[in-house]
This record gives sequence, structure tokens and C-alpha cells, in this order.
Amino acid sequence: MADPERQSMTEDLVEPSGRIVSLPQIARPEPRMNAEQLETRTPLSSGQAENVLTVKGLRVYYGDFLAIRDVQLNVQSRKITAIIGPSGCGKSTLLRAFNRMNELVPTARTEGEVIFWGEDIYAPEVDPVEVRRRVGMVFQKPNPFPKSIYENIAWGAKVNGFRGDMDGLVENTLRRAALWEEVNDKLDQSGLSLSGGQQQRLCIARAIAVKPDVILMDEPCSALDPVATFRIEELMRELSTEYTIVIVTHNMQQAARVSDFTAMMMLGEQRAGEMIEFDETNTIFTRPKEKRTEDYVTGRFG
Amino acid sequence: MAVVAAPPSAARLALRRRPRVREAFIQGFLFLCGALSILTTVGIVYELGKESLAFFTTQLWENSNKPLAQELTPDDTVMRVGPEGGALQPEDLIQVHDEIMQVVSIDGSSLAIERGLQGTVPQTHAAGIQILRSNRVTLKEFFTHTKWSPQIGDFGILPLVNATLMTSLIAMLVALPLGLGVAIYLSEYASARARSILKPILEVLAGVPTVVYGYFALTFMTPILRSLFGRDVVEIYNTGSAGIVIGILILPLVSSMSEDALNAVPRSLREGAYALGGTRLETAIKVVVPAAFSGIAAACIVAISRAFGETMVVAIAAGAGPALTFNPFRGAETMTGHIVRISGGDLSYDSIDYNSIFAIGLLLFLITLGLNIVSQRVVRRFREVYE
Amino acid sequence: MNLPAADFDQNLSRRRRSGRIWRLIFQVSTIVGIVVLTALLYNILNQSFGLAAVEYAMPPESLAVDGVPLEELSGEALQVILRANASAGLVRALESEKPLAERSRDELYELVMDRVAEPQVVKTWSLVDSLLHRRDLEREAAEKYPAARLQSFSWINRSFIERPQAADPLRAGVRTALLGSLWTVGITVLFAFPVGVGAAIYLEEYAGDSRLNRLIQTNINNLAGVPSIIYGMLGLAIFVRALEPFTSGALLGYVEDPTQANGRTILSAGLTLGLLVLPLIIINAQEAIRAVPHSLRRASYGLGATRWQTVWSHVLPNAIPGILTGTILAISRAIGETAPLVVVGASTYITFDPDGPFSKFTALPIQIYQWTARPQAEFRNLAAAAILVLLALLLTMNVSAILLRNRYRRQY
Repeated sequence: MADPERQSMTEDLVEPSGRIVSLPQIARPEPRMNAEQLETRTPLSSGQAENVLTVKGLRVYYGDFLAIRDVQLNVQSRKITAIIGPSGCGKSTLLRAFNRMNELVPTARTEGEVIFWGEDIYAPEVDPVEVRRRVGMVFQKPNPFPKSIYENIAWGAKVNGFRGDMDGLVENTLRRAALWEEVNDKLDQSGLSLSGGQQQRLCIARAIAVKPDVILMDEPCSALDPVATFRIEELMRELSTEYTIVIVTHNMQQAARVSDFTAMMMLGEQRAGEMIEFDETNTIFTRPKEKRTEDYVTGRFG
Repeated sequence: MAVVAAPPSAARLALRRRPRVREAFIQGFLFLCGALSILTTVGIVYELGKESLAFFTTQLWENSNKPLAQELTPDDTVMRVGPEGGALQPEDLIQVHDEIMQVVSIDGSSLAIERGLQGTVPQTHAAGIQILRSNRVTLKEFFTHTKWSPQIGDFGILPLVNATLMTSLIAMLVALPLGLGVAIYLSEYASARARSILKPILEVLAGVPTVVYGYFALTFMTPILRSLFGRDVVEIYNTGSAGIVIGILILPLVSSMSEDALNAVPRSLREGAYALGGTRLETAIKVVVPAAFSGIAAACIVAISRAFGETMVVAIAAGAGPALTFNPFRGAETMTGHIVRISGGDLSYDSIDYNSIFAIGLLLFLITLGLNIVSQRVVRRFREVYE
Repeated sequence: MNLPAADFDQNLSRRRRSGRIWRLIFQVSTIVGIVVLTALLYNILNQSFGLAAVEYAMPPESLAVDGVPLEELSGEALQVILRANASAGLVRALESEKPLAERSRDELYELVMDRVAEPQVVKTWSLVDSLLHRRDLEREAAEKYPAARLQSFSWINRSFIERPQAADPLRAGVRTALLGSLWTVGITVLFAFPVGVGAAIYLEEYAGDSRLNRLIQTNINNLAGVPSIIYGMLGLAIFVRALEPFTSGALLGYVEDPTQANGRTILSAGLTLGLLVLPLIIINAQEAIRAVPHSLRRASYGLGATRWQTVWSHVLPNAIPGILTGTILAISRAIGETAPLVVVGASTYITFDPDGPFSKFTALPIQIYQWTARPQAEFRNLAAAAILVLLALLLTMNVSAILLRNRYRRQY
């Protein structure tokens, strides 16, 4: 499956004007959609990008401590948005605000709006359980259930009321997570018997089995070796044709390789995280508007 | 590039909060399970308190042996009494035949009385009838009198408390040094192999039922004591052997809690002492043990509380029958032993015997509860000093 | 460089010596534990076996027929002996209970031994005495009990477990007590396990940090330290007395005459012990639930699962080994408890098997208590044998707890 463009991952591209585009872009493969997806989706006129998530004035408190302050951003559908910044600046908190996972911490409090397809997920009549099905999450350290590989994927679908062909769903998601070839003969073995990279792909498969619109990834590769990392990044690009992906990463190069849009976060006053810039990835890494951003991406700080 | 997206209207409906009835029911049920524990405590306090109240308010009619000197008609408000018998005091409640009266004032052998109390009707009473006097058990009598004989109306709890204290003291004299020694050995000296043998043994000791310990006390410990100190010195039922066996019983408790406390002392503290040239003993006794003091103190308090509440060993080996004695070689009944003996026999509800065991039980409950609360406070308060 | 060594009177040898002495003291302390355990076992075993001087009303040898000893006689021959030697009234009573012809050979042998040969124990000796001083014993027996013969006795044997209680120490068994214990503990588990695990789940997964929940937690910790006899008194006041219509079975129609209803039933005892072990189960289950890693819960919530779905499918299955171990420990504690059962009203003398939660009961520890309290020496032996049964029961439980823990640990 070698794509010549992928091999140029680390080569710099020089444009005729002399400007260095140090951003190797992995080519986006053609969207693969099967009949099932074609049924459920209605096409919009081309060129019109939809915002899946719109964040307005988001603040998250842990008790009295303000963790992130006044974040504004838009996440476009079927694109990969990266959130970068130095450690401790609130990236994970921001990510977890998108699927109301912060609420699992007893002292957490959220202000502002997170609009998902036009509806504020923090509205009082909204059920967080349903939000979490529509906005899935993959964690930093792979955490498959101590069940069989089959059960790992089937469980989420079952509790959310899936009544169709479970075997088909399992195979489907494992194929989409690029794991089917490796595990199809040992579906009843424990999910914990896989390698780290395989476990993470299993977690991704598990997440997409419940048919989310958005997949949030919290530093998905930081616990993996470079080869596994590469495969996950490939997978991300494939998945982005069908799902919206938001990824938090402390690895700038990864953000540059993989994402379409990048949000730069940094610690502001009183140790509250702030978003200082949000733009297309290309712009952030070559012509950032903020000096702090430039310092960070060029490694002068950080 | 065609960008397709899910229709917004579907999202709006799907996110609405569904009434998850099953979840609510389950949460309610689980909460009730947790709240049952509060019901238990409420039940204990209520029942013990109710019966104790009945105990302290029940009227016991005692024959004062004082006779009516003169016939009493229903209209008389003054009564003449003979010189014999116990003296009557103003405010005493007295009963003659079926009528209950109260003494208002005394003038020589004339008593001014209030007639027909508590729903009784003033009647004619012949001379010579002996007057009964109400004797309620007062708190003062309960805590200070030294005889407990329900048949004659003596309800002084001191003999029972004394026996409980004696057995517990002997138990602590056995368990504290031994338990602490075991704990220090296990945490500072023992190899992993020794630990893997000793800890299960201690667990087995902790798991032996108390009735087996009672049997042990009667059939093993008492004969040993008798052959050591002489058969005429040591009675068959004595508090000494019961106390020693209770000490053995609580030894695993003391040792495991103390060992936890010693293990919780950070390694850095020990290493600091070694680095200064301290021997293992000096480090253990002068550095580690003081640092674990709060945990060890808590262990002691919990152990004392357990010894107070111990029932079967004393029921079998310490003797039946309250006796106020400081001699550990003689038998004496403890609070718990008394409760078991009385409730094991014929017991009619609402008799003063029934109420009396609840009064003892209330005292026992308050003491052990107090000790447990103190031990928790000790851990909390002293912990800051060393860590 | 001048090291002021003179300022430090190190006296190393003295310190080392005192270190050695104290080390010895600590070792001795631990030896004491081993010694005590050995003494305990020795004592019990000593009393459970040994020689006994037995006098027979009719020696078994005299009942041999044509040189065939009693043990080898057939059923019919035993019937003949029984009819010939037992009183007519006895034979009639036995027939009406169950015809002799229908009884098994072993039953008939037992009857002949019991009623015709009628052994009577006149003196017992402990195992150690029997082994070490046999000749002295034989002399003593010959002098004092000439009619008796010495037999090797094991107070614990199969019939001991199968026989109900009896006034005669030789015929007494622990059957009623054993069944009573098992029934009672069954009810205890049925009640305390779901409630205890439910409370633990609530406290760990659902409860916020409110005052009420902290109160519940401290309350449970305090309840764990309340003496068991207080629970007995609670059970007496509430289950036996206040809830009598329920616990005596009158409410459900089990009792013909409501005025005879008595709340001192297995149900009351089981519920009382249930309240006693509830704090233990809760605290243990809480620890097991706490040990489940948070990443598992996060993965589950992230998929859009509700709290109960997460608990049921992920938290509980992983906490089960710990919960089960804790429950078995609680059951072990409940089986050995005596004081609460005495207060609740275990019967002092019953010979019939319990037939349901509403029957009167006795329990193994109660039986031990009663036998220990009797002055005759034979009852000491019986008590020792009963203790062996109790310890065997506890050993089985604890071993199965360990096995269960290991088995679950190996999965995933």
C-alpha cells in the first residue's frame, strides 16, 4: 500500500518562489463510503464546509481553579483539528469538554457553549450519555476492556441498543481500524493480549462501532513506538473521510503531518489555559500571526 | 470536494435527555442499601435506649417493713405509722394494698399523704398492714452500688464493670507487648520467608471462633494456672485465664494494625537513621515506632474496645455470678457474660430483668463506640505531627 | 583532618548486644503465636480421641450366634436378637416408626448395639494419656471399673455428624446443630450479600461528597466495631419481638395457632447475623471496587454508557474476586458467632432437623458452648469433637476463598 507521497514525509518541499513549505502533507485518499453510509448521509453542495462543533466562550473550572479561559473555535466536519501547546496548558481539559467527560471529576464546572450540530451540549435538557455516543474518545494509554476482542467492540454497540448484525459490525469496524487482518482469527482472545499499537487501534475500532460523528483523540500515540504511531496517523487520515477528528498532541510534527486545522493553546494569566491562535495548519506552522505561536512551533520555547 | 454531513435536525432530537427510569430505580435501590446502615444504628440506639428508660423508670415495690399504726379511711390525709421498718422520706411513693400514695411531709410518726395516685382509688386500710415503698433504680445507684442482685432489687453495676475492666486489663497486658513485638519483628527484622509463614498463622489465630477460645480457656489455661499457682488459690472459674485467652484473641488485631502503622512509615525516615550510624534496634525503637505512634495507639484502643465486648470466653471461663473482687484467680461475671447468661434463660419481655440487660448493653455500646471514635480521632490528629 | 571521634562514645559492642537481645525478644513474641496455635490444636485433638472405659449391659460377644460375631450377622439374625432381647414396648415403638424388616442392616446393627448391648462410658482419657500411660490406665480401669473394657475411641466419627443431639453423650451428635448453622448462614448471606454489595456500589460509584454520604461511611466504620452481643440484643428486640408475626411465620400462615407464634426462629437469627456482617461486607466490597482502575470506567463512559451499565459490565466483574473473598470471610465470622445467637434465643435442646426458616434452631457454636458448660468429662470430649467439625467447616470456606481468588485472577 505504499504511496509515493507518503515516503516524502520528512523531505522539505521547496516552492518555485523559494518559500519553504516544511509541511509534508499525507495525501488524503478517496473517501471510502459503502452503501450503508450513502443511505444515511445527504450531500451538501460542494465547497460548503459545515461546523460540527462550535465553541463559544468556554470556561472550565475545577473547584475554584479556572483551568481554561474563554476558548473560541470551530471544528469543521470531516477534517482533522489538532490542539497543541506546552504541557499543563489545558489541552486535555478542552478536549474533554467536547464530550462532557470533565463531569466525571466531581468539582468540575463548565461555562460557555459547545454547539454540536446547532445544539448546545451543555443545555440542561441534554443527556450527557447520548452526547458521548455521538462524540467518541480515544485515550492516551490504550484501555481495552479485559474482555475478548469481539466483546470489546460489541459491548458499546449493545448498550446503545444496536440490534443489527453484530458479527458484521465487528468485522466492519475492525477493517476500518486496519486491524481485521491481524486479529480475525483470534476474536475471542483477550483484548489485553495485543501489542500497544494494536490495542490502540482496537480502542479506535471500539469507538467507531457506536457510529459517532466526532472522534476525540487525547495524545493517542504518546504511549506507542514510532512504527505504531505511523500506522495510527495513517488510520487517522483514512477515518477523517467519514468522521470528524479532534486530536490533542504535544508532538508538533505530528500535528503538522496530520491535521487540517490547528489550535494553539498556552498558559495565560493565573495559570488558566487560553487559545491564542486557531487557523489552518499550514498557516500556523509557516506564517503564524502570534509571536508566541511562532516561538513555540520553531522550538524557541517549549 | 463534496463534503457530506449529517442532517442537523436528527441531532437536535437525539441529544434530548431521555428519562432513564431503570437507572433512577437502580440508584434509589442502591441508596437504600447504604441507608440501611443508618437504620441499624438508629435501631440499636432506639432499642437500647427504650428499654434502658423502662429500666430506670420501672417502679420496684420494696417492703419497708413499716406498718400502719392506725386504720386509714378513704378521707384521711394523715397516716400514723409504727416505729419499725425503714424510714420514709417526703416525696416517697408508697403503696398500701392497691392504693398508691405519696408522702408530703413527716411529723414524728404522722405522715401527711396524698391519696389515690396513679389511677388508684382511696380505700380503707386496716392497721398493721406493711407499707411498700417505691424504689426506682437511680443512675447513682446504677453506677455506684456494689451489688447486682436483681432478685432483691440491687442494681449496682460496679461488680460487672470491674470484672470487665479486669479481664480487659489482663488481656492488654498480654496482647500489647506481644503484639507490638510481633509487629516490630515482622516489619523491621523478618525475612520474606519468615513473613510468609508468620502472617498466615496470625490470620488463622484471628479466625478462630471465640467459643473455641472459651473452651481453650476452660480446659487448658485454667488447669495450667491451677497447677502453677495451686488448686486452692485458683478457682475453676476465674477471670485470670479468661483475661489471658482474650489477650491471645486480640493479639492478631494489635499486631496487624501496628504492623500496618509501622510499614506506613516512609523508608526515607529509616534510611536517615541508618545513615547516621544507628543500629537496627535503635532505628526501630527510637525512630520508626514513635513515627507510627498514632497508628499503634489506635490499634491499642481498638483492641481494648474488642476486649470489652468479648463475650464467649468470659461466659465459659470467667464465672457466673457478679462478684466485686480484684483477685484474678477468683471468678466474676462481666457485663457481657451477664447479658448472655440472663438472656439464655427464661426471660419474659418487660420484666425488670429484661430491661436491665438493655441498660448494661447501652453502657457497653456507648463505651465501645466512644473508644472507636477516639481511636479514629487519634489517628487523624497525631498523623500530622510526623508525616 | 581531625575527626572528633573522642566526642562520640560509640560503645558499639554494647549497642549491638542490646540489639541482639531485643531481637530475640521480638522473635520470642512471634514464637508465642505459633505456640498458642499449637496448644489450641493439641488441646482439641487431645480431647477428641483417646481410650474410654466402656461398660456393656450385655457384652456384644454374648450376642454372637453360632460363633459368628455381631458385626458380621445378617439383617434377619439381628432382627431376631432385637426381638429376643429388647422389651416388647420398645419393639412395638420401633415397628410403628419403621418396620424392622425395612430397616437396613447397618440400622439394625446400630439398634442392637444401642438398645441391647447398651454401652456406657464410665471414664475417658485424653489422647496423650492413652498413648503414653497406657499401662497405668489399664491398671486403673481394672481396679475401678472391672466390668468395663477399654476401647479406642474417636469422638469424632461419621455417626457423630449424622446423629442429632441426645442427652446421653455416647449417642449425641451434631447433626441438628450443623444443619441449623448452615440454614442460618444461608439466610445471612441471602440478606447481607446483595444489600452489602449494593451499599458499597452506591458509596463508591454514585455517592457525592455530601454530608449524608460521609455520615453513612463513618457510620459503617463504627458499626464494624460494635460488639457482637449488641447485635444480638438488637435482633432480639426487633426481629424476635417487634417483627414476630413476620419472623415466626404467622404472617405467611406457617403457624396454626397465632398465640403460639414465637419469633425465635432461624429467620431471626439469620437476619441478626446479617446485620452483624453487613459492615464487613460493605467495607471489603468498597476496597475491591476502589481497586478497579479508572481508565476502565473512562473507556466505558466514553462510549456513551450510563453509570449502571458501566458498573454492571465493567466495574463489578473486575471487583468480584475481592468481593467474594470478603464475603467468604464474613461468612466465616458468622458461622463462629455464638453470643448473638444465644441472645436471640437459640434453643437449648432440640433433636429434630430444621425444616425451614421458621423453625426453631440451634447452631454449632451454641452446641459447643452448651457441652463445654456441662461438668461431665464426656461432654468435654463431645465439645472437642464439635470444635473439630466447626474448624473443618471454616477451613473449607477459607480454602475455597483462596481458590476462588486465584481462579478469577487468572482470567484476563
